[in-house]
This record gives sequence, structure tokens and C-alpha cells, in this order.
Amino acid sequence: MLFAAEQFHEHGGTMREFLLGNEAIARGAWEAGVKFVSGYPGTPSTEIIETLAMRFPETNPRWSANEKVAFEEGMGAAIGGLRVLVTMKHVGLNVAADAFMVFPYSGTNGGFVVISADDPGMHSSQNEQDNRYLARVGKVPVLEPSDAQECHDFMIAGLELSEQFKSPVMLRTTTRLAHHKGLVEVGERREVEKKEFVRDAKRFSVPIYRLIRRPEVEKTLNALTAYAETCSFNRMEHNDNKSIGVVTSGIAYQYVKEVMPNAGVLRLGMTFPLPANLLREFCSQYETVYVIEEGEPFIEEYMRNLEIANLKGKEIFGLIGEYSPGRLRSALALGDPPKPFTEQVNLIPRPPMMCVGCGHRTVFAALKQLKVTVSGDIGCYTMGALPPYEAEHTTFCMGASIGVAVGLEQAGHEDTVAIIGDSTFIHSGIPPLIDAVYNKSHLTLVILDNSATGMTGSQQNPASGKNLLGEETPKLNLEAFCRATGVGSVEVVDTWQRKEIVNTIRRAIAYKGPSVVIARGPCNQLPEIKKRHVIPFIVEEELCTKCDACFKVWCPAITRTEQNFPVIAANECTSCTVCAQVCPTDAIKLAEAFA
Amino acid sequence: MNTYSLMFAGVGGQGSLLIAEITSLAAVSAGYDTKQTEVHGVSQRGGSVETHVRFDQVAKVHSPIITPGEAFAVIGLEKLEALRFAHYVDPKNGTIFINDHELIPASVADAEKIYPHETVEYLKSMGLRVIVLPASKMARDLGDGRMANVVLLGALSTILPIPQDLWEKTIKLRIPAKYLEGNLKAYQAGKEMMS
Repeated sequence: MLFAAEQFHEHGGTMREFLLGNEAIARGAWEAGVKFVSGYPGTPSTEIIETLAMRFPETNPRWSANEKVAFEEGMGAAIGGLRVLVTMKHVGLNVAADAFMVFPYSGTNGGFVVISADDPGMHSSQNEQDNRYLARVGKVPVLEPSDAQECHDFMIAGLELSEQFKSPVMLRTTTRLAHHKGLVEVGERREVEKKEFVRDAKRFSVPIYRLIRRPEVEKTLNALTAYAETCSFNRMEHNDNKSIGVVTSGIAYQYVKEVMPNAGVLRLGMTFPLPANLLREFCSQYETVYVIEEGEPFIEEYMRNLEIANLKGKEIFGLIGEYSPGRLRSALALGDPPKPFTEQVNLIPRPPMMCVGCGHRTVFAALKQLKVTVSGDIGCYTMGALPPYEAEHTTFCMGASIGVAVGLEQAGHEDTVAIIGDSTFIHSGIPPLIDAVYNKSHLTLVILDNSATGMTGSQQNPASGKNLLGEETPKLNLEAFCRATGVGSVEVVDTWQRKEIVNTIRRAIAYKGPSVVIARGPCNQLPEIKKRHVIPFIVEEELCTKCDACFKVWCPAITRTEQNFPVIAANECTSCTVCAQVCPTDAIKLAEAFA
Repeated sequence: MNTYSLMFAGVGGQGSLLIAEITSLAAVSAGYDTKQTEVHGVSQRGGSVETHVRFDQVAKVHSPIITPGEAFAVIGLEKLEALRFAHYVDPKNGTIFINDHELIPASVADAEKIYPHETVEYLKSMGLRVIVLPASKMARDLGDGRMANVVLLGALSTILPIPQDLWEKTIKLRIPAKYLEGNLKAYQAGKEMMS
């Protein structure tokens, strides 16, 4: 949840705010005169654009249909002369990679910064990918801040760097950086004059001219490499004791300062291109040098290629998961922190679950009942793979449900049903649906249409009929769209009508040809749904036979009384009616009807 | 070492993040360098949520993450979650505050039977300083069970070096006007439990 920021005025006129790393990035973009912002929601990057929409709408922020579109819109705005910010999570950059890899060939006009929010530990991601490698492939410089203040400062400096070298710049954050709060000294917005756009096909167009541009990419990279040796992003903090030196970047720098206060430190704020001479000079002064970086050994491998001998790195700190001060202490044999109390008590897990009244439940109950193979996608509905449903059998990446279902069908698994949310369908489900029709698949696709990008916090999307700023926009007509692709059977069903859901999916599976079922009902986390007046359901104990059917709805609002009757939490019930539908004795009634 | 490390543990929806945020802002108002971070999974609700707060009266705070064994206080809004993060407490100088309240995880088979009902006794037997407060009940008696978080905040405030007026000022900033009166009462009630 985002709050309006509190401001703290200090003597001497400085103003500080207590900000999330992501809020600090947003603030920095605003101060630097950014006039166009695009992105697609993705943890841990989402709050940047949410903050801009709430506090700084003059930056012209928007949610785009996917990261590739966001990146391309940003490229256009930047070569058109504006300062631009584009935001996405690490895997979002895979979607945008086509544009990301080619942009350095033309270079930018206005400053262009892309946020790659990496997720070590995979708190909310399908893989643990270190995007500094993508930047190296694309020859794009990378900045890595180490606290909220630097998130703000590097955002501003990144735009300046981008303009100085006419290169796109990647600002790489990680989950802890993006999702921690710290005090940030802030400034005011500075308007930046729009740069002139000159039509220049030799720079911006067609592959044949790319041969001319190719050497320019190397020239820029060489200039950036020279810059890296002396730039203020990289900083040496020497110590008189020359036994231990540390090369570090990102949030890991903070852990180093805490755990190894007496070590000499080379803090790299720019991790691509890397400064060979600076690294050699630093390492020559210390007996042993530790390389401490979250993610892959990106800096370490580079240093080993320089044949720097006195290094220790991933072999002691490890490759997988988030770093922490405790982890560094253990790795350095400074003592192991206490472990969770699990020996004499049962520390049972509390796994994530679908919300009270979530419209996905009925669909997963139906899929479980129909015993079909389910090819899933990215969204809250990945929880359908967990107990009690265990009715989602594959999940890979955005939009994969449809292509994977087509492939499974070709491998003889004709009982496969693909399942995808509205936002993910728009993001990358459209080409595979067209492909399925074109290649005569018998695909059955269920679109969970809750008019929101739910998992990241119910953001707006083209199926919501509203944009980021809450303005009305044309609502994508999913059923008309699916019919236009050539899908022969398209049915829309109320997602809370459990019997109808089962029957509709059954009909879709039996249909000879591609079919789509749209299970429709708004996400309960949408602000307008949360605000509405709800009459809760209650249990009339005199009619209840304690058959437990309502517990099989797995609604978190239903618990037991001491006498073992079900009881529905009145302040949580969303009045979705599903428990009342399953009750064989009609003991579950609207509170109003009971009165 | 002047760093105060506080671990707030609860179930999504209980408001552990809100009281962590109030604590951080009160510490900032007092002029202390402060960092905060929140760890949660993919779900919006119902999962385990931990929030780390660290502030220092003198020096700069580096890591936002607390290391197990160093927390000055662990604030558990629910028994199982208190147990999950109890090892973060400093075994010599730390305190564990526990709301006497159980939320059985709905998505775990036979959770009612295997739930660690004996959490408080167990942690005490490990030699830890544990303070159990009937925060949910007190909040219900004050009119709204959801204010259990602020009852615990009141208790916590009595052991931290942040002036009283800053706590109340920050609560007024953070809690919407229509809930303010009840929450200030909840805060007072928590404080009185410690006197």
C-alpha cells in the first residue's frame, strides 16, 4: 500500500522524505524533468509508476500492454526529444529484449533510463535472472544504487549519463533495494528543454544502415569504459588495515559496511562497463579481496578474466537467493545467527492463498472436478497449482499457457485446458491464440477476466476500461476479439456460478475446434469493489447438518465455532454466494434475509 | 551499538506493516536514521508478513535487514507468526510481544491439530523474555478487533527511546480521521498494560 510521503524539513533548508527505493526512483524521475513514463506492472518494480501517477502525474505515466510496447513507446518519446523512464521487472526485459538490444545502434536523443528490477530469492518471480548479462549483450551501461538515496540520485544521474553518451541506461535494482525505505534528501522539479528530432534514416532506420552504425556502438562502449575508470558512481573507501578489501555493488554494499566495518571497499555504482584499471589498482593494495554481489558472479568473472589472483567470491558467499548481513557473517566464519525454533514446536507454514471471494476458486474447483491437464500462466491463479486444488500443471512465463497447451495437444494430451488472466492474455496471449486457430488446434482456453492485473495489486489494463490515472478508456471486448481470431466457440460465464462454470468448460472441451470460456467477475481488491456495500452471508445453525460442504469452498472467511458449526466472518465476506450454492440444506443465507 | 532492530510479524491483513511504518516515522521524527523493509510472498492477503525496522540514535543505519539474534523486540500479531520470527530476538536484551491470538492457516491440512498452541510456554522455556497481551480481545472491547496492532504498538512504545508526543503525532498522521479516536484509545490501552 502506498501512503502519501511525509516530509521532514531540516535546518539549512534541506528536505527529506522517508521513501521506498521505488518511490525514490519516481521522485528522482520527476525532479529530472521526465516527461514520459511507461511500463508493465511486475514485482518489485510496480510502485515506481504507481507513485508517479499518485504524486507526479506531470511525468505522463502509463501502464502499457506489455514491456516490449512500453520500451518501444519510450524509445519513440526519447528519440522525439523527451526525458524518459521505462520500468519493468527482470523477466519483463526478456519481453522487451528485441527493442532493448537494437536501441544502442541508433542511440537516444533525450535521456532514457530503463529499470530492471531483479528478484534474487524469487520472492515473486519464476526465475532468478541477473539482467546485467542482458545489458552486456546489448552493450547498455548499468547503474546499481545501494540505498534509497542513491535510487533517487542515480535516476537523475542516469538520465544525464544517457544524454552525455546518447546511450540508453539500465538502472538495476533488486527486491531489497526496491522494497526498503530510507531517508532521502529530495529537490524540486527542473524542467528540461525538449531536444530536437531530426529525421535521419541512416541513424534510426533499416538494417542496411545498421552496418554504418555498428562501429558507433563500439565507440560509445569504449567511451563509457574510459568514463567508468573515473566516474563518481564508483568509489574507493580505503582502510589502513590492508588485509581485507571488498569489491561490492548494490544493496550488498550496506551489508559489507555492517559486517566488515574495517575492510577497504571499492563500491561499484556502475557495473557495466567495468573499470579494469581501477579494479587492478584496488586489488593490488589488499592481501585478500572479497567480491560480494547479489546474483551471478558478474563482477567476479570479469575480475578473474583480468587474472587478479587474490580473489574470493561465490565459492564462499553462494550463488542462489538473497544476501543478508547474517549470510555474510556465516560465510566469513564470524558466527552463525540463531536458526528458527523448529525442534520442539511445529512451525507450520502459512502459504499464500486466494483472497476471500476470489472468482478464481470456482474455476479451479471445476478443473479439478473435470480431471483435465491444465496449462497455466502468470498471475494470482498460479496458486491453483497448490493445495487444495492442485489443478494447474505447468507454469512457465507470460502467455505460455496457450502455446504449451497446443504443444501438449500435439504430444497426444488432448485433454489439456489453458488458463490465463485478462492482463496476461493482453500482454502476450494474443499471438499464441491466433496461432492456435491458424494451426487448427482444438485448444480450450479459459480467460479469467477480473478486469485487473491482480497479483501486482489490481492495476488497470486495457480490459478494465480505465487507465493508470483512472480516466475512462475503451474497454477491450474480449469475446468479440476472440471471435475475430476465428475461435468457433466463445462463451462468457459469471465466475461465481459454480455449476455453470463446470458445464461451460465441459462444453468447450467437447467442441470440435478452438474454444474460449471467459469466466468474468471483478477482482475483490479493486478499490471500487472494496468500497461497495456488502451484505454478508451467515450460517443458520438450526438448518446446518455440519456436512462440511461449505469448508470445501476453501474460503478463508469460513471458520468453525466451538460447537463445530461453520461461521462466516461478516467483515470479510464479499457476498460471492459460492458457499450458499454448495450448502445442501440452504443453511447459508444473506444476513438481511435471515433478519 | 545504538541500533534498535525491531521485527514485526503477522498475517497479511492484520496491519503489521502499518505499525512498523508508524514506528519508523516516529523514529525519523525523533531525528534518528531509520530503515525499514517488508518481506512478503505473492499473495495480497492471508500469507505470512514480516517487516524489519532499524533505527539508530547516533550513527547511520546500513542494512535494512535484521540478523537473527539481534532484535530489541519481536512484535507478533499472531502466535504462529511470533514463533516463526522469535529467533530474531536478542536472547539477552530483547523482548517478544505476542498477541494472544491464533489464526489457523486455512491452506494447511489438519492445521487445527498441528498448530503450535503451546508457543508462549515454549518460548518462555527457552529463557526468552515474552510478554503476552490479549490485544485482539482488548481491541474488540474497544469496538474493533482490527485495532489489535495498535494495542501492541502502545506496549512497544513504552520500551523505545522515542518521545511520547511523537508517537501520538505520527498516529494522527497515519490513521484516517474516522478511525483515529478508537486507535488512540487502543494505543493508550496497550501502554497501560505495560505500566
